[in-house]
Amino acid sequence: MTLPSLSLLSQSILSGVFIGGMYSLIGLGLGLSWGLLRQINLAHFGFVFLSAYLSYHMATVWGLDPLLTLVLLPPLFFAIGVAMQWLLSRFLISPFNSLLVTFGFTVMIESLIQYVWTADFRRLQSGYGEEKFVLGPLYIPVPELLTLVLAVLFAFAIWAAMRFTDLGKAMRAMAEDGPIAAAFGINQRALSLILSGTCVALASIAGICFALTFTLTPTQIFSWVGVVFAVVMLGGLGSALGPLVAGVIVGVSEAVAMAVFAPSWAPLVSFSLLILMLLFRPGKV
Amino acid sequence: MRSLKRVAAWAAIAAGSLGLMAAGPAPAQSSDPIRIGSTLALTGPLSATALVHKLVGDIYVDDLNSRGGLLGRKVEWLVKDDQSKPDVARTLYEQLVTSDKVDLLMGPYATGAILSAMGVAQRYNKMLIHHTFGIPSLAKYDKHFPAWSVGPKPEETVPTTLFDALAASPKPPKTMALVTSKFPSVHFMSLGAREVAKKRGIQEVLFLEWEFGNRDFGPIAARIKDANPDFVFVGNIGLEGNMLLEAMKKIDYVPPLHFHLYPAPGPMVAAPEGKNALSVTIFEEHPPYTDNPVAAKFVTEFNKRAKAAGFPYTKVEVQAAASFTAWQLLEAAVTATKSFDDAKLADWLKKNQVPTIQGVLRFDRGNNYGDDLMRIKQVQDGNWVTIWPKEVAAPGATLKM
Repeated sequence: MTLPSLSLLSQSILSGVFIGGMYSLIGLGLGLSWGLLRQINLAHFGFVFLSAYLSYHMATVWGLDPLLTLVLLPPLFFAIGVAMQWLLSRFLISPFNSLLVTFGFTVMIESLIQYVWTADFRRLQSGYGEEKFVLGPLYIPVPELLTLVLAVLFAFAIWAAMRFTDLGKAMRAMAEDGPIAAAFGINQRALSLILSGTCVALASIAGICFALTFTLTPTQIFSWVGVVFAVVMLGGLGSALGPLVAGVIVGVSEAVAMAVFAPSWAPLVSFSLLILMLLFRPGKV
Repeated sequence: MRSLKRVAAWAAIAAGSLGLMAAGPAPAQSSDPIRIGSTLALTGPLSATALVHKLVGDIYVDDLNSRGGLLGRKVEWLVKDDQSKPDVARTLYEQLVTSDKVDLLMGPYATGAILSAMGVAQRYNKMLIHHTFGIPSLAKYDKHFPAWSVGPKPEETVPTTLFDALAASPKPPKTMALVTSKFPSVHFMSLGAREVAKKRGIQEVLFLEWEFGNRDFGPIAARIKDANPDFVFVGNIGLEGNMLLEAMKKIDYVPPLHFHLYPAPGPMVAAPEGKNALSVTIFEEHPPYTDNPVAAKFVTEFNKRAKAAGFPYTKVEVQAAASFTAWQLLEAAVTATKSFDDAKLADWLKKNQVPTIQGVLRFDRGNNYGDDLMRIKQVQDGNWVTIWPKEVAAPGATLKM
């Protein structure tokens, strides 16, 4: 093993921070849904990709600026999230069954994407994809930077909302003890709908960033499940800042493993970290 | 003797494939059609490529029927969706043989599914001609016939062809970075290339492997840039090559020479960073391949129907050519033996050479493989063009650096 040069190591760490930003942006909505709604929403990954494809379509076919889709798509996905929550609560789906039901939704979304956009590779070509900053030996691509900025922004915004607003406090109370919260006049049903809508809207934002950064193919949906689950569990269910920190730690660890050892070791990193956390700090996962 | 066999094979093909060019009424057909069964990955991760095979099969069968079918009987192609899953392919091939009682089998797409189909074919003594099987050493069945002519040891012969092409360039590379996916049919080829490069005295300055499904190519790109090789060998499949080139572009690195084993042909040719990318091929849309009238007509028809079907890449390249070849082999064997008996057909194919759009195929070497007909192509001016060996290179095309 030879030690990497400083520029190689710093560029790799930067790459890890950026991919960590993507992990945390995808994981944010998933973790909130899991921790506060008690739903393991596998369809979250499907919504990320559906949003990515819609963003691709709007930019490529309709000629819209990809960043404009950041305004257009989240409200649509908020409505989808509300509808999904209504459906799940209407049929009293238990947390475990939510895993199965939302897996079904994911398969349906994947089929829908294949039907509309086929299984071929799709790439959102935009001016942003070419843009980058150069800081000394470091290259900072704009789409990745945007993803990281949005991940940080939304993590802190949701943390602040949960901590300082009545709505956020009510949501935390609902997650802590639903019946008692209801006894204090908290409308669980309305809060659940809002929270679910917010989580799916966050998925749509992650999807737009995904389309700006990666080439799309429907079957990629499942290749992100493992690492994002690990990030969410490491960050703590229902936590807003946890996935951000965990995402960056996992991303940087993977990148350093690739730079110093071998890229084939990278997939071991996230689950090794998770196992270490379970061994040494079991109460935190 | 060999030339006599070859003449016989040409005669069989002339009666069959060259009939693509023939006009006039089709001969009378018997009432019972010949049923050919196969599966393809019509859904799932492999469907983008499998749909190319479906289109080629449709084109060939339509044309075959317009020429009177096989031995005067109309051909019915029964295609089932194996969902890109080898286990489903195995079940469906069982169904095709036992329940649908098809007369002949045609292979599915992708190494895993072909291996499954081969097991079923072996159990029922059926001949199996298949399209793009990636690991010849695993194909042990004596009635299997590969239409993708990579030879019995592609891990040695394909890199040899590549390094011959590089050696003939104005500035042959002295150092190499070899980075590869651990995808099964890719990894052994990359390891073979590593050995061939070593024997030729090319210094390996970097060797990296990644798991199939890798998401972040940034650190790999940074390591290649740091190693500063003359040549980058990328053992990739599908989109991995594009992802690596995109990561290189983000750090302002353009490799002097870069080879991609099995790239997605459309995205690689469309991406600006794919410029001058090298890869392997058995057929491209230019002379001398298209000097063959059968190939020229197929190219025209494929372009038209691929466009109508909304394919993002409408040109004939490796997958479509291998698929067409498979049907040519089947037709040549049936026409020459005047039989649908699997044993007779397999026996004929083993003993004869068959002219196809990718060249003359034979099956008398290890595991029913013949010559390695893989050539080297390069992205030039937004198109894939063959550059090596010289006898099959596009007119005037040489390696660009």
